[in-house]
This record gives sequence, C-alpha cells and structure tokens, in this order.
Amino acid sequence: MAIKVLIPTPLRQYTDKKDAVEVNGRTVEELMKNLMSKYPQLERHLYAEDGKLRSFVNVYVNDEDIRYLQQEHTPVKSIDVISIVPSIAGGVEINDRAFVGEVRLSNEEIQRYSRHLIMPEVGIDGQKKLKASRVLIVGAGGLGSPLALYLTAAGVGSLGIVDVDVIDVTNLQRQILYSTDDIGRSKLDVARERLRRINPHVEIEPYEKRLTADNALEVLRDFDIIVDGTDNFPTRYLVNDACVLLGKPNVYGSIFRFEGQVTVFDAKRGPCYRCLYPTPPPPGLVPSCAEGGVLGVLPGIIGSLQALETIKLIIGRGNSLVERLILFDALTLKFRELKLRKNPECPICGEHPSIHELIDYEQFCGIQTQPLNSQNDQQSKISPEELKARLDRGDDLFILDVREPHEYQVCNLGGYLVPINDLQQRIHELDPSREIVVHCKMGGRSAKAVEVLKRAGFQNVKDLIGGIDAWATRIDNTMPRY
Amino acid sequence: MIAVNVKLFAVARDLAGREELTLSLPRESSVSDLVEALVHRYPRLEEWKRYLRCALNHQYISSDQILREGDEVAIIPPVSGG
Repeated sequence: MAIKVLIPTPLRQYTDKKDAVEVNGRTVEELMKNLMSKYPQLERHLYAEDGKLRSFVNVYVNDEDIRYLQQEHTPVKSIDVISIVPSIAGGVEINDRAFVGEVRLSNEEIQRYSRHLIMPEVGIDGQKKLKASRVLIVGAGGLGSPLALYLTAAGVGSLGIVDVDVIDVTNLQRQILYSTDDIGRSKLDVARERLRRINPHVEIEPYEKRLTADNALEVLRDFDIIVDGTDNFPTRYLVNDACVLLGKPNVYGSIFRFEGQVTVFDAKRGPCYRCLYPTPPPPGLVPSCAEGGVLGVLPGIIGSLQALETIKLIIGRGNSLVERLILFDALTLKFRELKLRKNPECPICGEHPSIHELIDYEQFCGIQTQPLNSQNDQQSKISPEELKARLDRGDDLFILDVREPHEYQVCNLGGYLVPINDLQQRIHELDPSREIVVHCKMGGRSAKAVEVLKRAGFQNVKDLIGGIDAWATRIDNTMPRY
Repeated sequence: MIAVNVKLFAVARDLAGREELTLSLPRESSVSDLVEALVHRYPRLEEWKRYLRCALNHQYISSDQILREGDEVAIIPPVSGG
C-alpha cells in the first residue's frame, strides 16, 4: 500500500524536486528503505554510516515523533502521512561536528539547565547542542541586549559579539545590558562582564571592530548562526551577503518606532534579505532610532524572538521562520505572518547569481564616503560656533527647524518649524531672498532639507552641522539633549 | 472598479497618517498601479515608492501581480533600527 511521505525543502533536490512521494511499507523502517531505493541519494543525508537514522533527522507519523512511538518499528497505514524533518538549519552543521558527541555537561550545568533538561524537546541532547554551538550577534544595542542575555542564560557554547560603540545615556532606555554607571565605557567590555556573571560557562568572544567587506567572512566563518541586530542598512546587506556566501543562517530582526520585523534568512532553504529588499533606500530616507525614536520595550520583544529562533535552530525543534516574516505592531498588539519566497532572480542567492564576493556596502547604500570638502559643500554648512557668533552679531538669519512638533517641545532655537516631510508642500511659506539656516536633531534631516530647498531655487541655505544636539553640547549646556 | 483594502506599515503609515484605507481601482489593476494610486493620494510617499514591498493576502508578491475585489495589500517599507 502506498503511503505519502512529505519531503522537506533541502532534500527535494534528491527527489526530483517533489515535495511529497508515495512509497510502500508496513513500518517506518520498510518505508524508509523503499524510499531510499527509489531515491538513493537520500541515504547519506538520512542515515549515518552505522546504518542508524542520523540524530538530526526526525521522522513523524502524522504529527507524532516516532521516538515516542515504536521508533523505526512504528507501523504505518495507508491513511498516515509521514514527514521527514531534518534538524532546522545550522543544526545540521552543528550536529555534524565531531565534538558534539564529546560535549559533557557538569553536575552544576545539569542543575543550572534543569528547566530545559526536563522538557523532551530540549533534553540532554538539546542542551549539548546548545553547548556545542557558536553564535555571533552583530550589534550590541537594543536587539543585541536581550539576545546576548538570553543566549548566555540558555547556555550556548560561544557567543561572539560585534560592536564598536561606547555606552551613551540615551541607550539606557532600551539597551538592558547596560547600567547608568556604565556610561562612557565600551559596550563590549561591559557586556562581557555582565554576561560572565550570568553564566560563566559561556565563552564570550568580543569583536570590537566595525564589520566590513574586508573582515566579515573571516569573522563570520567560525560561527554556526549569525544574528543580525545592527542598526543600519549597509551592515544588514553585508551580514546578509556574507551569510549567503558562507551558507549560514541569518536570524534577522529590525525595529522602527512601534513596529518590528523578524525572520530567518537561510539561502540554502529559503529567501535572503535581498530577496525581500533588493534595493536599499537612499541614506536619510529611513529615520534611525535616534531620529525616528523607538519604544524601549520593542527591541526587547523582537530581540527575544530572535533569541528564540536561534535556540530552535540549534536544538533542531519546531518550525523556524524560514520563508515566513513576522511583522509586530506594538500599538495594536498584532502579529502578522507573511509568506516570503526565494526570488529566483536574486543577485546573490538566485538561480544565476551575479554577486560572488562582498562589495562596497557604503557605496551600495549610497553613502558618501569621501569627506565633504568641495567649496559648494563648505558653503552650505555652518558650525554651531559660527551660528552663535553671527546671531550675537545681529545678522539677519532665518532659522528653519525641520524636526517634528514634539521634538520642538523638548528644546528649540526659536526657529520656524516645518517638519521635513511637509517641506515640499509648505515651501511657499519660506522667503527665498533670505539667508536660511536649517537644523534638525543631528543633521540627517536638515541635509535633506537643504537639497529640497536648493532644488526649489533657494540660493542662500546653510545646514547646521550636528543639529541642535551639537548646539546643546557645544554652545548651550543648559539645553536638554534627547 | 474593485475595492482593495490597504494596510500601511512603518514610514508609510507615518507619511500617510493612517494605518489602513480602502482604494477603488479599475479592474485588472496591478500592485504597482495600487502604489501609484496611493502616491497620488499621499504625495509624501513619492520618494518611497521604489523601496516599498507589498504583501498580497499575507504573501509577499511582485509588483506586476493583478489585484482582485476584496484583496488585502500590506505596504511594508524597509526598517533598519536595532
């Protein structure tokens, strides 16, 4: 009698691309034998040399794992559906490593992880896989904080962390790795100390350098799973491309104000970041957390989901977010699941890839890497000191503030408020014959405003370097920074 | 004409000032026609339109996909915060 066997995506290359095949058999064992005589290439992926089903291959009869039935002697009937579920991504590489078998848990570790160990889905095997695993977190900020805390507590073997920043007071509202006492210290120094106190069994590997096309492959190569918690597009494309080239899963999370996105990119089995967003938006179009704001608890939720997906990949349990993207909206408290397919024309993971090595990601994302030193650029900038001197002199300057009204309430220079997104529509309110100084918070939006004004024919426009934040630090210490 | 339910996310939501709306479109309109109609109604989306990704009835799709009465289209700009 023919029984339906569902074939997982990574194995379909050995079954003539079929996602389900029908084979005969009275037990799982017979069924598997017949399956392999039909598709001989499957054998080495499913069975170890000793003839036993590989530890990372799970077989389900309907929705029951055969390990909890009669294992391979489990009888099957024609109405049953058999699923072969290989340990999800990364897992395969981790479990293939010779030393996984040699990993031992001390009595202290057994006690520490007892709430994991008593669940059969994790158990000693899962906890050993965690201990054998090497995870790299890129970015030790809002997402990186819960990620590092939970992965350390869960007992991954080695945790690499990439970041170059020092702790700023504005980080503390969401970056829960750090305390008020830590302001001004290196994030990685503080992270290492804190994580060691949480779990001394985890090897923390700090990479205090900027990830670039020159070093990314070298840094990522030794890790099983990469977790993307960066805060900018160039690094996101860099992490994606390096993961595709190295064949590693990329647990992706990203946040904006009250919304977050989470998915697992694994080009071996599904789409990559370029399948989702082939073209990066130009710089300044997407506000950063500093410009757009972010609710402090949001990265806690999204980063925790990334930690969860990472752990599932390592222990090889459940359904991963490969080919699914979760959109989270904190204000309405809604999770929306979107199906995402691989783009066959993707330039890096598609059928005919055109990218075979890492590229210049700053350039790809349109970021000007050359210092702005042409005369034209110089003329359209003004430093806070120069602005102060000219205002004191009584020069006739029109200050244009392109921030949002709620930012204006925090602090202002008494400028005329036109939020950047309204500028085009409200440009007629401005007088082209006057000398205009534009500012925002840090300089991102004002640079865009200067461009808009120049395109509209304004001749005498200057951009305040570093925005009102630079004014608050260098000219007026009584002004609040935000 | 067909009525399509549009859900907006991230920057698209901020620029349009709303989370959802219903658009009336000619029959056989594609996803990119819908984006054009949206930009027409909310001109501040103009510079964004190249970078938006759309999901039709909970599945990411390409912009040449043809829409039907009652479809739900989610407009999802990229975000990069971390």
